[in-house]
Formats: sequence, C-alpha cells, structure tokens
Amino acid sequence: MGVARQTYPAGKVEEYLKQIGRVVIIKGIELAVFRTSGDEFYALENRNPHPKGGPLAEGIVSGHYLYDPLYDWKIDLRTGEVQAPDKGQAAAYPVHVDGDSVVIEI
Amino acid sequence: MLGDGFKQSAKTGICGCTTLSRDEIVAEIRAKGLTTTKEVMNVLGWKQEEGCSKCRPAINYYLGMIYPDTHKDEKESRFVNERMSANIQKDGTFTVVPRMYGGVTTPEDLKKIADVSIKYDVKVVKVTGGQRLDLIGIKKEDVPKVWEELDMPSGYAYAKSLRTVKTCVGSQFCRFGTQDSMGMGALLERKYERLDFPAKFKMAVNGCPRNCAESCTKDIGIVGNDGGWEVFIGGNGGIKPRIADSFCKVKTDEELVEICSAVMQYYRETGNYLERTSDWVERMGLDSIKAVILDNEEERKALAQRIDFALTQVTDPWKKMLSDGRARTALFDAAEIR
Repeated sequence: MGVARQTYPAGKVEEYLKQIGRVVIIKGIELAVFRTSGDEFYALENRNPHPKGGPLAEGIVSGHYLYDPLYDWKIDLRTGEVQAPDKGQAAAYPVHVDGDSVVIEI
Repeated sequence: MLGDGFKQSAKTGICGCTTLSRDEIVAEIRAKGLTTTKEVMNVLGWKQEEGCSKCRPAINYYLGMIYPDTHKDEKESRFVNERMSANIQKDGTFTVVPRMYGGVTTPEDLKKIADVSIKYDVKVVKVTGGQRLDLIGIKKEDVPKVWEELDMPSGYAYAKSLRTVKTCVGSQFCRFGTQDSMGMGALLERKYERLDFPAKFKMAVNGCPRNCAESCTKDIGIVGNDGGWEVFIGGNGGIKPRIADSFCKVKTDEELVEICSAVMQYYRETGNYLERTSDWVERMGLDSIKAVILDNEEERKALAQRIDFALTQVTDPWKKMLSDGRARTALFDAAEIR
C-alpha cells in the first residue's frame, strides 16, 4: 500500500511450460511463476504457507489452483489463499503478458 | 436395522472430481479409446475441469498401463518427485539415488559417488533400507549435473515403480547359500526397472530359507531352497505391516521369471493407483490371483508377454532429461532477473 510497484521482464512465454512452475528470482525475492493451460500467468512467493515451509514451484496446477508439492494444500493462484480445510496465505504478485514477454510487478 | 437417519450415501469416485471408480474409468478409457488425461476428464464429465492431485497422476498411470507404446507421459500430471526424477526434501533440496543392482556396487562406483558428493556438497550420504545410497540435500539446479557426473542409471527412488531387489550374499560366497541370490536379484532389477506400477514395488531374493534379505515384507519375496525357489507376494513392512503369502514353488530360474512377470503385470492391470500389493492381495484374494496365474498357463504367458512389451518402451529418465534442454531448464534452473 502506497509503495509503488516496479515491473520486471521475466523472459518469454515459451520459456514456461504449461502447468509447470518455474522459479524466478527478482531483487532477491524468489517467486514461483505458473503458466496455466489457458496461458494465464500467476506468481506466488516461492514459500510454502504450511508451518514447515518449503517451496511451491513444483506443485500440480489445475485451472487457477495449485496443489502444493510437499503437503498437498490447495492454493488459489490468483490470490495465494489456501483453500479449506487448511488455512494460510502465500504472497501473490501481479503478472501480465506483453506481446510474448512475461512481466512481473513487485 | 438401519436407523431413520440412514441415507443411501452418494457413490464415491476415485476423488472429489468424479463419481467414477477406478474400474469404470479404465473401462471407459478402453471402450472410448481416450488418450490423454484432459480427454478422460472432459469426456467423463469431471467436476473440476483439470482434475486434482489425486486423479491426474492416477489417470496418467492408467493411460500408460493401457497404451504402453503410444501414451505420451504427462509431466504436468506427475507428482513432483516423478516429474523431477528426484526426491524433494522439506527445504526444497533433492535426494539423488543411483541404481545398485541387487544391492551390489563396486569400488569404482563408490569412488565416483564420493567424488560427486564432495563436489556438489551433498549434505548426507545415507545407506537406505533397500541396500543402496541416498545422496541427500542437493540443490535443485545441481541435480542434473549430479546425474551427468555420476553417469549411473536412475534408481527410481522417487517413483511408483520397482525400487530395489534386496539380496543376501547367497551361494556365491555364503556357506549356507543354496541359490545365487545376488545374481538373481541383479537380473530381476535389470529386467523390471523403469516400468510404472500402481505404487512403489519392492522385491527381495534370498539364497536359502534363513531369509536374511527379509522376503516376508516385500511385494514379491523370493526364497531359494535346494530344489529351486519359493515365491511370496503381498508383503509390506511399512505403515500397515503384512507378512507376504506363499504363492508358489518353482524349480527353474525361467519359471521364476515368468511367475514374477505375470504377478507384476496382473497387479499393473488390476491395481488401484497407490494401492500396494499388500492391499491388492487382500482385495483380489490370494486364491483368485493363483487361479489366474498358476492354474491358467495361457493367461500367465499372455501377462508375461504384455509386461515384456511394456518393458521395451522404457528409457532412463536422467539421460532423457539431460538430452532435453528445454525441459531441463524449465524444471531445474531458476531465472535470475536483475
């Protein structure tokens, strides 16, 4: 809030495999970036909201949901919100596609 | 008498996405010639269009089992470990486990493992329960380099596939040994490695009834005797321990291999995804498995032929990933933006 976001180019669309996460590091922040089957892009901080932590990038993608790779929590890629019955929140960052480039706002 | 509150429960499927059972899904795939998980979920009316972490890996397995030569494995429908061909640890590092057929290694391989472990700062080298070595705590981006420098076959420690064939010393050196357990163990591990199963699959071969390699807790346990081999199936030493059932006795190595092939293929074709043989044997009934495999030579040979065909299609996943630059980069390399 109040802090201006900056945009960062994060490679070309074809560098991302559909439904397979990729780790992108921007200014020391590690992100898990996902390309859905419908070519939408989402970015979460690559930090599992589960108390034991760990990454998110290797999870299974279904629509705009992610099943996390370590504890199988279901997370909404749009908001980072963990779905019931589990509770938690991953940090989500805006992503858009500009031509064939992926652009992330931090 | 059921109480007033009783209601006929809704039919439950393999997960929340469908009301269809495993058998119904497999029958529909065969009847309609469905070829991808997407097609299966579309045609069979999945509630969540792209499925979930339970059904997607299951459908991908069933498709590979039904079409061993034409199914294109779907990486995006694999659990992390199978997609990466390595075991993820809680901190996001990975464990790499090379093959040691029958639990036998060489000084040369041990040197190589030691050199690579030092170079890539492996956190722990652990001896596993399956008679080989875990290289624990490898950074994600280093995993393909470790494979390349080890230049050893993948041990499939991450897979629903044949893990290890545990062996005792056997007749090559042991004074009690009546059969060559190390030789047979390595032969079986080489023959059946890399193939997908409904769940992980463990074996053991023993040179005599002292059973030092603990056949009773393996999916297939083999015990040598003076006149041949005894085969046990459905053992499990894990969360729900079960002592394996004696399945049959055979006289020759050829008969032993044919029985193993038939049991494995029958399990591949009828097992529920994630169902270990301990549960499978109880669900199917030991006698019904015996009837299919032991009492019916034609069916036994047909099962063995089908697994042999499926085995002609498998390749080493580490070598495959090393030769696929795009997949390697997308899966293992972080993109650093400055």
